[in-house]
Amino acid sequence: MMPTSLPTHPLARYLLHLADDQLVMGHRNSEWTGLGPILEEDIAFSSIAQDQVGHSLAFYEILHQRYGLDNPDQTAFNRPENQMLSSWLVEQPIGDYAFSLVRHWCYDQAVALRYESLSQIQDPALHALATKLRGEVKYHTFHAHTWMKSLLHGSEESRLRMLSALKEVWPLALGLFESWPGETDLMEEVGTTGQGWYPGEQKLQMQWQARALESMASWGVDVEASGLQRMEPVLGGRQGYHSEYLAPLLEEMTAVFRLDPQAEW
Amino acid sequence: MPILSLDPRVNRLQAEEVPAHQPPVLIPGDHWPSYQVFHQRRRGEKHSSVGIVHAPSLEIAMAMAKEQFARRGETSNLWVVCTADVLEMDYADEEVFRTTPSKSYRDPAGYKVNDKIEAYKARQSNL
Repeated sequence: MMPTSLPTHPLARYLLHLADDQLVMGHRNSEWTGLGPILEEDIAFSSIAQDQVGHSLAFYEILHQRYGLDNPDQTAFNRPENQMLSSWLVEQPIGDYAFSLVRHWCYDQAVALRYESLSQIQDPALHALATKLRGEVKYHTFHAHTWMKSLLHGSEESRLRMLSALKEVWPLALGLFESWPGETDLMEEVGTTGQGWYPGEQKLQMQWQARALESMASWGVDVEASGLQRMEPVLGGRQGYHSEYLAPLLEEMTAVFRLDPQAEW
Repeated sequence: MPILSLDPRVNRLQAEEVPAHQPPVLIPGDHWPSYQVFHQRRRGEKHSSVGIVHAPSLEIAMAMAKEQFARRGETSNLWVVCTADVLEMDYADEEVFRTTPSKSYRDPAGYKVNDKIEAYKARQSNL
């Protein structure tokens, strides 16, 4: 595969994180299509997956037009693993439904925060895009919330399965907020021009965690006893280091593309 | 023998083939109540009944209604109502409506005011 070089512009690199996370998450969620536990959930996960792949396309488009990255198809399907900036959370296999739901909840809460922050940007195109995509993510978080609440309040079995999935997902979810090369540059850039829309990963993580823990407490989870707050993040994705699961995913995701990389779709 | 499929996702499940003669197992609580879904296209318009979903709770019914009935076209709002909360007439009482179609004096087309409206319209168009 032809290595495309990673964008050096901090905002471009940040948008590439967002796009890669959405692409890989969308691909994983689409794996539930036809296999969901009930028909409506099958459809829900498939629609959410479509949204996510759509969001990645929107960002790849901007990266292509403004920052000289290859066209969206090439950027999405023709990059080696070490140039993918997605987090470890999104590349993990779907696991059981508890794992997929808890991941969906953790992930989309984080996306909601990032879109809220991005919609404060002064750049008109990015502002409009973030505002548009925010609506879809509002449904994603509603869907995730509803099931989290329902299953944490459900039977003893459903509660235990959700709690154990939470412990599995949490360190991976913290990895969504890994610091990245260019982060301080972006913070300074938006800080000095008075836009201030990007608060940095640490602040985003604090906001995300506060919201998540608050919701969990409202669903009767003993947050203190759960040990979540003492967990360490799983890092690497934002630097291009990945778990064993990304390479086979890329292999599967790009199988059709590689049959004819120059094909017009 | 696990099921072999062209779909890699199905192979990863390592699911066993279920013998065809095995009857389905019904578990109590597996059958969720139904909820009626009402869809509103634009603000100010009425909500119309569009169908039902089965769900374990009102909130989940709403999530499912969004998937089933608001996937395409315009939507501004949805209602979901537990079917059990709807008071339904008994079809045995349908006879109370039997004579209604013949009460033409309740039909607005039979109102005398129509003549006046027509006359008014005619006057307006002659102005």
